[in-house]
Amino acid sequence: MALTIGIPRETFAGEKRVATVPDVVQKLLKLGFAVSVESGAGADANFGDDSYRAAGAEIAADAASLWARSDIVFKVRAPSETEVGLMKPDTTLVSFIWPAQNSELMKLLAAKQATVLAMDSVPRLSRAQKMDALSSMANIAGYRAVVEAAHHFGRFFTGQITAAGKVPPAKVFVIGAGVAGLAALGAAVGLGAIVRANDTRPEVADQVKSMGAEFVGVDYVEEGEGVGGYARTMSAGFLKAQKEAFAKQAKDVDIIITTALIPGKPAPRLITTEMVQSMRPGSVIVDLAAEQGGNCELTEPGQVVVRHGVTIIGYTDLPSRLAKQSSTLYATNLLRLTEELCKTKDGRINVNMDDDVIRGATVIKQGEVTWPPPPPKLSAAPAKPKQAKPPVERKLVHTAGGPMSNTVLATLFGMGALLFWAVGAYAPPAFLSHFTVFVLACFIGYMVIWNVAATLHTPLMSVTNAISSIVAIGALVQLAPPDMAADSGRPGGLILGLAVVALVLTAINMFGGFAVTRRMLAMFRK
Amino acid sequence: MTATLTSVSYLAAAILFILSLNALSHPATARRGNAYGMAGMTIAVLATVFGPRVTLAAMPWIVGALLVGAVIGLVAARRVQMTQMPELVALMHSLVGLAAMLVGFASYIDTGMPLTGAEKAIHEVEIYIGILIGAVTFSGSLVAFGKLSGRIGGKPLLLPGRHWINLAGLLVVIWQGYVFLNAPSVSAGMLPLAIMTGVALLFGIHMVMAIGGADMPVVVSMLNSYSGWAAAATGFMLGNDLLIVTGALVGSSGAILSYIMCRAMNRHFFHVIAGGFGSDDTQKVGAGAMGEGAPAGEVTAISAAETADLLRDARKVIIVPGYGMAVAQAQHTVYEITKLLRDKGVNVRFAIHPVAGRMPGHMNVLLAEAKVPYDIVFELDEINEDFANTDVAMVIGANDIVNPAALEDPNSPIAGMPVLEVWNAKTSIVMKRSMASGYAGVENPLFYKENNHMLFGDAKKMLDEVLGALKD
Repeated sequence: MALTIGIPRETFAGEKRVATVPDVVQKLLKLGFAVSVESGAGADANFGDDSYRAAGAEIAADAASLWARSDIVFKVRAPSETEVGLMKPDTTLVSFIWPAQNSELMKLLAAKQATVLAMDSVPRLSRAQKMDALSSMANIAGYRAVVEAAHHFGRFFTGQITAAGKVPPAKVFVIGAGVAGLAALGAAVGLGAIVRANDTRPEVADQVKSMGAEFVGVDYVEEGEGVGGYARTMSAGFLKAQKEAFAKQAKDVDIIITTALIPGKPAPRLITTEMVQSMRPGSVIVDLAAEQGGNCELTEPGQVVVRHGVTIIGYTDLPSRLAKQSSTLYATNLLRLTEELCKTKDGRINVNMDDDVIRGATVIKQGEVTWPPPPPKLSAAPAKPKQAKPPVERKLVHTAGGPMSNTVLATLFGMGALLFWAVGAYAPPAFLSHFTVFVLACFIGYMVIWNVAATLHTPLMSVTNAISSIVAIGALVQLAPPDMAADSGRPGGLILGLAVVALVLTAINMFGGFAVTRRMLAMFRK
Repeated sequence: MTATLTSVSYLAAAILFILSLNALSHPATARRGNAYGMAGMTIAVLATVFGPRVTLAAMPWIVGALLVGAVIGLVAARRVQMTQMPELVALMHSLVGLAAMLVGFASYIDTGMPLTGAEKAIHEVEIYIGILIGAVTFSGSLVAFGKLSGRIGGKPLLLPGRHWINLAGLLVVIWQGYVFLNAPSVSAGMLPLAIMTGVALLFGIHMVMAIGGADMPVVVSMLNSYSGWAAAATGFMLGNDLLIVTGALVGSSGAILSYIMCRAMNRHFFHVIAGGFGSDDTQKVGAGAMGEGAPAGEVTAISAAETADLLRDARKVIIVPGYGMAVAQAQHTVYEITKLLRDKGVNVRFAIHPVAGRMPGHMNVLLAEAKVPYDIVFELDEINEDFANTDVAMVIGANDIVNPAALEDPNSPIAGMPVLEVWNAKTSIVMKRSMASGYAGVENPLFYKENNHMLFGDAKKMLDEVLGALKD
């Protein structure tokens, strides 16, 4: 029997996202599942119950009935204690869990004999990118950070020269060029600001530049790439150099967007009170790390505060503020994961612990805690340039451009001379005149053919083919030559037969070849 | 008509043939080129028919043969589909080969003009070589026709020790040639001539059977070349300069085309002739390369509707057609899509790899048939740099010609072959029926690249869906 996927309404205060959207419902149905959606689940993300119903989902009146009928539950936020209470035993739950921070919840879920896949634990393999909800959400957060900054910033982003005077462009400094950072700098560049970015991983400099921003390096040599493509904690010497670099930027820029996170640790404090004080009044700081304590000393998580004339935005729900977009992307991430779980497309799932991706995401399997997973075998570091591959030498048979080497040329001339000498020494004069014609014609052919446009190679073949039916002349002269009247046993009849057949064949070729070339060429037009 | 007048007419015909080929240097003058060719052929035939070497007795035969041939030829030319051009051309080559063979035999048994000494020897060598080339052209072209039209499977047939078979054939031909030249009478010479013809026919079959589908452009142009040499050999045999000139023109044309095709695949001519991809030695290399550098990662499938979205949002699109487009007869739909996008201001261009399709210029003819203007169709060298600033590169039914392994993996069987670098575009879409590898049997890492999407299905059906989605 096909399993039912349930989508409850998010209960966390202010959470507007929903774990699936009508378009994805249709695709889940195609995989063989039944889909149940709690009434009002998508309301805050502008997806009404009717649109889910139209997509083929059942609507459950309340949370209790939804949880009761669901074999698999898709959620955004980790479930509350109440929600875990509603859960059937043996349910499969897919949502953000943050197992490191939520050990109580893990125990509750394990006690329910549940199987839990944590979207925050999907390993960062290239194969798993399509299920990487952290990246989807970070992308949205980065974009929204710029929009929030623009909202609180009193000026244009782009520089303009208007009748009322010249407007300088805003300067934006993005710290951390991960997914969120790159999205932020892309959005800021799009609005016309001058954008700079910093990251502890020097190899992302190229990505930053490719987005149209400037990379601000820290003048200190240290490798910054951690396990799984995340940044790691840096040494004291580096931190000092970094601080100096940031202090310098703080005096110059209008907007700072910080996205620095180290997995499993509080966010690094990168923007000090002094730096905030050194910023121009009216400047804005958006701290995307607010939930993990903030990159700025003065950030208050979830709040917008003004300190020393600088607006500091510490929202922790940026993806939820773009609920429709983030729900759509999150729903697609879940769909991709479901496809991996249900390769048979028969509405059943197989939590295959041999699959790296599924193994990484599964934090509880049938009541047994399987978190943390063994370290991933492969770092997906997308920015790491492959070993500079030496350009493969093109072993061309001949290069058209370069002239032949002198030795090759000398050999060719030598062979030619020998051939000519042999012909000259032994061949009768009649042959020689034909030979002359032949060789010269080859040269003419060579010169002429190289000029033929590549576009016309097929017509060239069909026209040369038609022309080669000149063999017809050979057949014609054999039919009934004049001086053969009563010669010594010339098998005239047999020759005539052969010649007539040859003539028919060449005539087919002649007429057919020219006609088809004509047809083809008529099609070439400008 | 006197002999001198005939000679002058032949000269005129030869000049017209040269002008004909010369006019093919640009599409704008190409039609004139065909007209020159027809004029030259008409002059040559008329000059011969009314010349001193043809008597009135031959007239009914000539008129009859030309009429029969004209009807068959014109009907075939009218009926043939543009996608079937390679087959038609191959079939026509076989006709020239057969005709040259027959003329050779007729010339041998024609004792009307007895020759002696060196002249006789040379004449007989000419006959021998003429029939040899004619026979190889005939049987080879027939097999090529069979392969191109799908009557014979496209997979190369590789007999064990095939190089030795060929070598043995060559030795038999040389030995029989010696016997032939020393034959005391025409009837005594007939046996070695027949043996040689048989060997040559088998050699033609064997040679083309051993060649894989992707190498067909080389084979077709090579047979084109052979049909020219066959005509030239006939010219030597009959002492006719017009045949020699024309044969040499056609022969060098085909040879140059073969060379261009080989260069486009970075393969040596002899390797192509010696056997297709997947022959014993290359296969080992291929397998080794696959073991180490097997393309890893995920193939991203895409739907027709998503493809349409990508195309609609793009500013620059390059379409790379391959044999798959020809098979699916999708060129008209491709043009409809192109027209729609160009009307919307999207810069759509075509990139043609020299060996795309089954004969030189195959794709160009198909696109021309679909009314794609030739000034948006570009060659590999002209457009390869432009992929980097292209939004969408759409590959329709092509595989090996867009394989990055040719540049990146020195162990790949196709290493060093110039390829269209579609992966440099922001997004590439590959339209293919399945994940099967191309004729070269080489895995294509392009499919696993992050910016690549696969649109699985029959090219025509998928493109129709894309077109439908674009119109909405």
